Amino acid sequence: MKHVISALVENRPGVLARIVGLISGRGYNIETLNVAPTQDATVSRITMTVPGDDRILEQVTKQLNKLVDVIKVYDLTGQRFIDRELALVKVQISAKNRSSVMELAALFKAEIVHVHHKSLTIQIVGGTEEIDNFLELVRSNGILDISRTGTIALGRAEGRE
Amino acid sequence: MRTGVECLIDGLKKAGVKTVFGLPGGQVLDIFNKIYHAPFEFILTRHEQGATHMADGYARATGKVGCCLVTSGPGATNTVTGLANANMDSIPMVCITGQVPSPMIGNDAFQEADITGITRPVTKHNYLVRNVDELPRVIAEAFYIAATGRPGPVLIDIPKDVQRAKTSAITPDAVSIRGYNPTIDGHPKQISRLAEAINRSEKPLLYVGGGAILGNAAEEVVMLAHKGKLPVTTTLLGLGAFPETDDLALRMLGMHGSVTANYATHHCDLLVSIGARFDDRVTGKISEFAQKAQIAHIDIDPTAISKSVPVDIPVVGDVKNVLRELLPQIEARERNEWHEQLNAWKAKHPFAYANGKNAHKLMPQFVIEQIYNLTNGDAIIVTEVGQHQMWAAQYYKYTRPRTFISSGGLGTMGFGLPAAIGAQIGRPDKIVVDISGDGSAQMNFQELVVAVEHHVPIKVVILNNGYLGMVRQWQELFYNKEYSATRLAQNLRGKNENIRERPGKQYLPDFVKLAEAHGALGLRVQEKSEVESALKKTFEHDGPVVVECMVEEEANVYPMVPAGASLIEMIQSLA
Repeated sequence: MKHVISALVENRPGVLARIVGLISGRGYNIETLNVAPTQDATVSRITMTVPGDDRILEQVTKQLNKLVDVIKVYDLTGQRFIDRELALVKVQISAKNRSSVMELAALFKAEIVHVHHKSLTIQIVGGTEEIDNFLELVRSNGILDISRTGTIALGRAEGRE
Repeated sequence: MRTGVECLIDGLKKAGVKTVFGLPGGQVLDIFNKIYHAPFEFILTRHEQGATHMADGYARATGKVGCCLVTSGPGATNTVTGLANANMDSIPMVCITGQVPSPMIGNDAFQEADITGITRPVTKHNYLVRNVDELPRVIAEAFYIAATGRPGPVLIDIPKDVQRAKTSAITPDAVSIRGYNPTIDGHPKQISRLAEAINRSEKPLLYVGGGAILGNAAEEVVMLAHKGKLPVTTTLLGLGAFPETDDLALRMLGMHGSVTANYATHHCDLLVSIGARFDDRVTGKISEFAQKAQIAHIDIDPTAISKSVPVDIPVVGDVKNVLRELLPQIEARERNEWHEQLNAWKAKHPFAYANGKNAHKLMPQFVIEQIYNLTNGDAIIVTEVGQHQMWAAQYYKYTRPRTFISSGGLGTMGFGLPAAIGAQIGRPDKIVVDISGDGSAQMNFQELVVAVEHHVPIKVVILNNGYLGMVRQWQELFYNKEYSATRLAQNLRGKNENIRERPGKQYLPDFVKLAEAHGALGLRVQEKSEVESALKKTFEHDGPVVVECMVEEEANVYPMVPAGASLIEMIQSLA
């Protein structure tokens, strides 16, 4: 099962290396990873998706919590939370398929952010499944490049976590 | 304004450091220049690994934070084994390393190594100090982190320019770190649940680990055991947490534990782990470990709970605090049936080695029994790693905490001699014995000079069987007696090693001469009849001694639970 782990950490050099090292050192793969500062500039939020069974992920979460530079860790899996991801996709186009690609983008409320005569760059925001679905549908046109932010997430609870 | 070096010296003083172990080098010249006048003793080791093990042994013997100081690059990388060793056994230690000047970092400068990167997985925490203003805080934090919660080693890497830079920052009196708040008090509800489980249990067993010693809770363990008449087994690192001379003591459990302790673990209906972490050398096959028991676990480290064995009653907290809360809730009970069973096992299966055939031979276990007798069980026993380590655990009875010092988790050969020096420096009032093998003795023997020059009267007893004995034992039992690369003596070596046998020089090195070359007294024991007098001479001698005992070569450690087998599948052969 895929787990979404959200960690508040000290915004200092080396902290990300500690977290990534802890997870990879135990043989687990980080599928997506996102790091950015929060409203407090000394604190960063790290959001990771890590596949693994519940018992293993409970151990990983506890180990992360033990790191001195980690302030708080949440495993959002099984809780109510909002997750989003942004993807930039460069799709190959020609006169033939241009309008169908643009229609598909509109259907997904995606934005065309760059136009070239042989390609369109599309920005899509949504849940991971939604983005996977969109990518699947445009794939036949030829995808030239993809850049995804990885999942970011917040719990649905009122106020701060 | 103070320089970084002045902040460091002040921070060490404030942390109560009395002794620093280490070795100088280019990037710590400024520190050594100031330490020359500082009010603590400096022990110049001959290898940085020695410095880490000395600081480790000092910490284990005294309960204080051990401290070592080394240079950048190779000096720093030489500490890695010592740090990993301390990390595995939760030993409080602060290691200070010099680093190349900040602008040179990442340029492959002379003697540069990314030591914070290298040691990240083997330290509790580490710091690369980038700004001198942080240094006073970092030093205070390092000692705090090392000593609190589940203790462990902390490394501070200080670039040379930071050492020389000036700051007005002062050493803080108190430390507060928002991401680091160890749970000290156990949850009252969990403690009550544990008390109820103990009171209800017909066949309880206390399984006591190194955490009870690190948490200074030996006294509480004894009170708990006596109040509830609860039998006690300890792990290797738990030796000394409960007197092994007590009627309730079942001795050590696990791979080379006592038959009684392993049977008791298998048959108990409640297993209470007190600061023990269900290591694989303890549990054997996990799926068959203590299957009839409800499992309770007291530990300060939440990650230790249910890591390998699912726990029914977890109590996270400081062992001493938790036991103090638990004690008044424990009812006095006899549990005669269980004790009769345990006593029957004890009578039938004591640790034993000598049968008729070997009665006249110089058995390694015999030497340890003699050390026990001659020191009245009151010495600090330090060990290396291997067969001798297990015999030291089996044939010496430990009655007090911090009297058995051994590399448990990492299993570091070469740990014992420097750790014994550190322990003796911390406890000058005690007899300190390093029980060693001929393999381990050759790792870090160079530190014997330190014992000689500082008049640290450690006693090194080498049980020389001409083999890397524990590996040879596995080869004998599981690898068709093919002794690949385990023979240390000059004869009977594998063909692939291409050794030219020398007549008359079977054992190399000559440890007696080696001891003498280092300025220590060297003795050799060839016969069983010589053991007592040689050991007497050893303990009477006012200085370090190396006693080389030429023991029976192919003695094995029994009982033995083969790797991956259940605890009750012990090999007890006394062949």
